[in-house]
Amino acid sequence: MDIKISKELANEKQAMRDAFCEVMMELAEKDRNIVLLDADLMGAMGTKPFAKKFPEQTVDCGIQEANMIGVACGLAAAGKIPFAHTFGPFATRRACDQVFMSGAYAKNNVKIIGSDPGITAQLNGGTHMPFEDMGIMRGIPEMTVLEPTDINMLKWIIREIAYRYGMFYVRLVRKECVKVYEDGTKFEWGKAVTLRDGKDVTIISSGYCVSESLKAADMLEKDGISARVVNMYCWKPVDEEIIKKAAAETGAIVTAENHNVINGLGSAVAEVLVKNKPVPMEMIGSQDEFGEVGKLPYLSERFKMNAPYIVEAAKKVLERK
Amino acid sequence: MNSEKAKELKRFSKHIQIETIKEIANLGVGHLGGSLSIADLLAVLYGKQMKVDPKNPKWEERDWLVCSKGHAGPAVYATLALKGYFPLEELKTLNQPTLGHPTNFPSHCDRTKTPGIDMTTGSLGQGSSTAAGIALAHKMDNKPNYTYVIFGDGEIDEGQVWEMALFAHTKKLSKLIAFVDNNGLQIDGKTEDVCDLGDIAAKFESFGWYAQTVDGHDVEAIDAAIENAKAQGEKPSMIVLKTVKGHGWSAIENTAGCHSMNVNAQQLEEALAEMNAALEAI
Repeated sequence: MDIKISKELANEKQAMRDAFCEVMMELAEKDRNIVLLDADLMGAMGTKPFAKKFPEQTVDCGIQEANMIGVACGLAAAGKIPFAHTFGPFATRRACDQVFMSGAYAKNNVKIIGSDPGITAQLNGGTHMPFEDMGIMRGIPEMTVLEPTDINMLKWIIREIAYRYGMFYVRLVRKECVKVYEDGTKFEWGKAVTLRDGKDVTIISSGYCVSESLKAADMLEKDGISARVVNMYCWKPVDEEIIKKAAAETGAIVTAENHNVINGLGSAVAEVLVKNKPVPMEMIGSQDEFGEVGKLPYLSERFKMNAPYIVEAAKKVLERK
Repeated sequence: MNSEKAKELKRFSKHIQIETIKEIANLGVGHLGGSLSIADLLAVLYGKQMKVDPKNPKWEERDWLVCSKGHAGPAVYATLALKGYFPLEELKTLNQPTLGHPTNFPSHCDRTKTPGIDMTTGSLGQGSSTAAGIALAHKMDNKPNYTYVIFGDGEIDEGQVWEMALFAHTKKLSKLIAFVDNNGLQIDGKTEDVCDLGDIAAKFESFGWYAQTVDGHDVEAIDAAIENAKAQGEKPSMIVLKTVKGHGWSAIENTAGCHSMNVNAQQLEEALAEMNAALEAI
């Protein structure tokens, strides 16, 4: 692992969906068994260039997510490497039983991409704002459940899962996101990333909340609190070692996720802690609430997922140490 | 088909029924009705139409079968055993795992457990899409493999089947051949009362499929319908099989209750007497 962290924490110059399309085209070019499926959202996902260049490796099913996941499972059973995309809520809520039975239970090999996680669904609002997608997928045995933080991590994850056999769910921001990792960063499969060391408290975060957690750590530092920041991009299986180490060395944990705290990252971390070394915890995320319409700055405030709330949670958890 | 081949398939079908009921009676309970009703279809598929190699279940050149009505597993297992995929003796373990010895024969078809089972099914309707995916994979590679899929009639209440019907038409999956075991009964009663399917063949035809309806207990008619399906070569095919739930054991024929039922030793004896007599008469 060789981590190079962006100093600026500015938005990526490229949209995540364009980076996704780029890496899919790179894979498809090398391997004709790579297939990209969608449920009438190729326009929304920016994958039309893929469809144009690789029509024989493109399967647009129309608006039928259950069928799409099933078709992907059939393609995989016959030797293809399918990536199936739709919005996160439909990839998980709507096609849950297909993911479960035709996919995971059948020990199949499908890579499911659910876009617009949590508050990044913005103006599509509560119907399209999955705070439950990772939880649904986490509950299915043998699923690997991932959330890339930025483009460099996204490309690495997509290249990795293409040739790791099994069922994967990747939730993916479609549009803008903050660049956290500089080019040349080398990640290690299964290992969470320590972005910043600290001794008083550890913030374990994912996706949208990672850059907010780094900002929170800066703010905490000004108040004399040393916060460690860990990017847990893989929610299942979680990196148990890094959680145990954080508990032992910092004695307090805050989780920060763009998801319901029930059955999400907070739950995953808590499950490890209670079996090993329970320490006080606070959980940033949707507090079992539905999403709603709004722009990102409003929603991050509304659902208390930004840096000031992470700071508040850190201070609160420290009182319980 | 010459009459000798027809007789061979009829005998094969009867053997499938005999092994199916023995398998179920060995445990004492199971999905008997819908297993017996597809025996003639399975006999035609594995006795004549499908390109398979029991010694090499994952042979790349094989035709694939997705038994979407996964609860008919016992009939498929009996067929595979009779074809030599595994010893008949193993069927006795149907649904009877012991610690350290899991069974390879669960109620519902499981591709990870049973040699020759091409796809895991059980949650109804899902075999539609997986079969379409398998057919599409072969089409993408210009391969000649056929993919067969068997639905129950109650099963096609599921919306996923109709999503797939649109999809298979759009993608011109001409090597996808589907069957509906149209015995007219589902767990809660007659299909027309529970959820009326109307004219199944007409519905699929209107979805752009090549649709036929035949007597599902006439091996020659089933075989001819499959030949027609292959010959047309442009559309996905639906063959509606008019069948009798519990076919072959008159005591349970046409009863919704035989979907999943208890079978005791005496009942087994009665059923086998009837089936063996039918076998003798072929």
